[in-house]
Amino acid sequence: MGRIILVTGVSNDLGGRFARRIASDPEVDRVIGVDVVPPRRDLGAVRFVRADIRNPVIAKVIAGEDVDTVVHTSVVASAGQLGGRTSMKEHNVIGTMQLLAACQRAPGLERLVVKSSAEVYGASNRDPAMFTEEMSARRQPRGGYGKDVLEVEGYVRGFSRRRPDMTVTLLRNATTLSSYTRSPLADYFRLSPVPKVLGYDARVQLLHYDDLVAVLHHAALAGVHGTFNVAGDGVLAMSQAIRKLGRGMVPVPALAMATAGTLVRQARLGLSGFSSEQLQLLTYGRGLDTTRMRAVLGFEPRYTTEQALTEFATSLPRPLATHPVLAADQLLSGALGSPHG
Amino acid sequence: MADAEIIPLGTRGRPGRGTGRDKPSSSSRSLAPGGQRSAPAPSDRAPDEVVDAAAPVDQVVVSADPTVPEQGRADDPADVAEQVADESAPAVDAPDAEVTRLPVPEPEAAADEEAPEPSSTVVGGSEPATAGERRRGLPLTELLTAARSAAHLVFGDDAERKLAELLAFARRRVTGDYEIDEYGLDPEITERFLMEMVRPLATKWFRVEVRGAENIPTDGGALVVANHSGTIPLDGVITMFSVKETTGRNLRPLGADLVFRLPFVGELARKGGATLACNEDAVRMLSHGELAAVWPEGFKGIGKPYSERYKLQRFGRGGFVSAAIRTGVPIVPCSIVGAEEIYPLVGNVPALARLLGLPYIPITPFFPLLGPLGLVPLPSKWIIEFGEPIRTDSFDPGAAEDPMLVFNVTDQVRETIQQTLYTLLMRRKSVFH
Repeated sequence: MGRIILVTGVSNDLGGRFARRIASDPEVDRVIGVDVVPPRRDLGAVRFVRADIRNPVIAKVIAGEDVDTVVHTSVVASAGQLGGRTSMKEHNVIGTMQLLAACQRAPGLERLVVKSSAEVYGASNRDPAMFTEEMSARRQPRGGYGKDVLEVEGYVRGFSRRRPDMTVTLLRNATTLSSYTRSPLADYFRLSPVPKVLGYDARVQLLHYDDLVAVLHHAALAGVHGTFNVAGDGVLAMSQAIRKLGRGMVPVPALAMATAGTLVRQARLGLSGFSSEQLQLLTYGRGLDTTRMRAVLGFEPRYTTEQALTEFATSLPRPLATHPVLAADQLLSGALGSPHG
Repeated sequence: MADAEIIPLGTRGRPGRGTGRDKPSSSSRSLAPGGQRSAPAPSDRAPDEVVDAAAPVDQVVVSADPTVPEQGRADDPADVAEQVADESAPAVDAPDAEVTRLPVPEPEAAADEEAPEPSSTVVGGSEPATAGERRRGLPLTELLTAARSAAHLVFGDDAERKLAELLAFARRRVTGDYEIDEYGLDPEITERFLMEMVRPLATKWFRVEVRGAENIPTDGGALVVANHSGTIPLDGVITMFSVKETTGRNLRPLGADLVFRLPFVGELARKGGATLACNEDAVRMLSHGELAAVWPEGFKGIGKPYSERYKLQRFGRGGFVSAAIRTGVPIVPCSIVGAEEIYPLVGNVPALARLLGLPYIPITPFFPLLGPLGLVPLPSKWIIEFGEPIRTDSFDPGAAEDPMLVFNVTDQVRETIQQTLYTLLMRRKSVFH
């Protein structure tokens, strides 16, 4: 008998993609998707159940369908269509609490996979170069998504103590990027010119969105207990990433960054400004140690940080003007006729 | 030849260009030597440039007679060239277009006088037109030749290779086509920029003398432990430079979190290979075989008053020793003499320092008295001595948890550095010599 998987948050992009992908896996019998709002896109073989994870109904779904694996993907990074920070927190934290409560009462349940985020590490000048899973934030996130994730992880750890028979996999993914989805970093790189924090060059480590879906898939079927950082190999400097994308860059003092961000984003994208945790990340950056992801979880991302960025660049318009240095280079290298060193 | 003084040679100042062909017309080619004589440009030009240098002569001859009607000018340059050949035929023996001796032996006085020098008076009203035409025809080849000769002047003989390298470097920087390691070290910027900036400071200003560089392992992890002084931690930068110069290895300093909080300083520190002084990063670097460096005195060391110079402060909590024991790498004691005198700290403004979140606000004999000038470090003579490595691989890894052992090793390192400092000071003739 194959696995019966329940996926929360299937109406989100991530949940939907993951549910469709895993439904086609031969090891999987049935996939049940749960969300408050019906999905906007076709979920294929996934059975959709309209239910709120904050409601005891979810317990009945788990018991009634003989679910053995729950994949919790509905901890969201931005308020988006939830309408405000309060309901986002309600959804993320209280939703997880209720879901875990329901899971605890389900005897047939074997695995739980929770998509957390590397936001739990925060970003500050006191950070080590690379975070391993044992480390915690040097400066605790005081609000927003980071704090939600921190609380969610707290509940998951408590759950894992109370149900030692279950395999609990906690995935902390790096910032995702891809040509076909939106993410805070993608929005940032789409600004033109890109405002860069003056005097700081954050280290950027990325995870391609494909790999995020893939690691959820892998974790749901592998059943490895533990917490894992998930990120592509290699780091880039923020300035380097912007240059690789061929975007213009404006240095903005850190203090003015929030204002500048708001101005540019509202003018261009109709979005609100950067949150304080995004600003911290743009200032100091973050690196994740992925030794455990390979050695214990056995997952190998398809994209490195650089490849993820290159893939993302395909969605950007080609820059109109060639940089003067490149023009001069072409001109003179043609004239000198010597190959580049 | 009553009206034949007008000899519209070539293509009116644009030899070979007006025809739309790459090659100059045969008549202007043959004029080249004469033109070169009168041209202001040096003679080492490329052959196709010489053609251009012939321009003044053409002009002059064309406009030698002020009574020249515009008939010749409006014509197609090719026609003009033909005309030249025809008209000059009576004066010169050669009946074809190769008018070699044309301008000089002309019997007509007006033409003879004006011919050798491209005088602007003669050119008169026709100058703007010709100048404009010439500018239009000027760009690529000439600019390139100029760039090439300039490159030879600046870079010497293998200028082309060097220039190509430089351009490739600029191109890599602009397109982001370089690699940084996980701590943020940018090897290209460090070698080409940071180290070259420090070089004059280290070699000319402080005249750094490095001793015992052979004590630095040539490969594998090692931890350099040094004394800290000088109000502004220049000793870290100079030690990095000295190690790179003597061993070719990148010294990876472990810096306080304040370094990474400061704009620009933090960015440069990361690009230069520094990372945060915490146990995790120290262990990570050492186990990956990097040559890390710590200044365990921290701000107590660089911020101590001048009167306490060369007295080592407490060596932190010995975290560096436990990191070294855990990874089994040798500890290389490093004593730096000279850094204490660069900014003699005579006072401090604790209230302001607290306000700004800094460990101290220095007052030196010249700062803030002389303003920015007070930031120039005094040119003391520096000696950096690397002592014999202290091995830690004989301890078992659990020893890192034994505080007594850690304290003992810490003390041993501290004493070694302190004794070396005293020895070096005894040997030093004066602060600046």
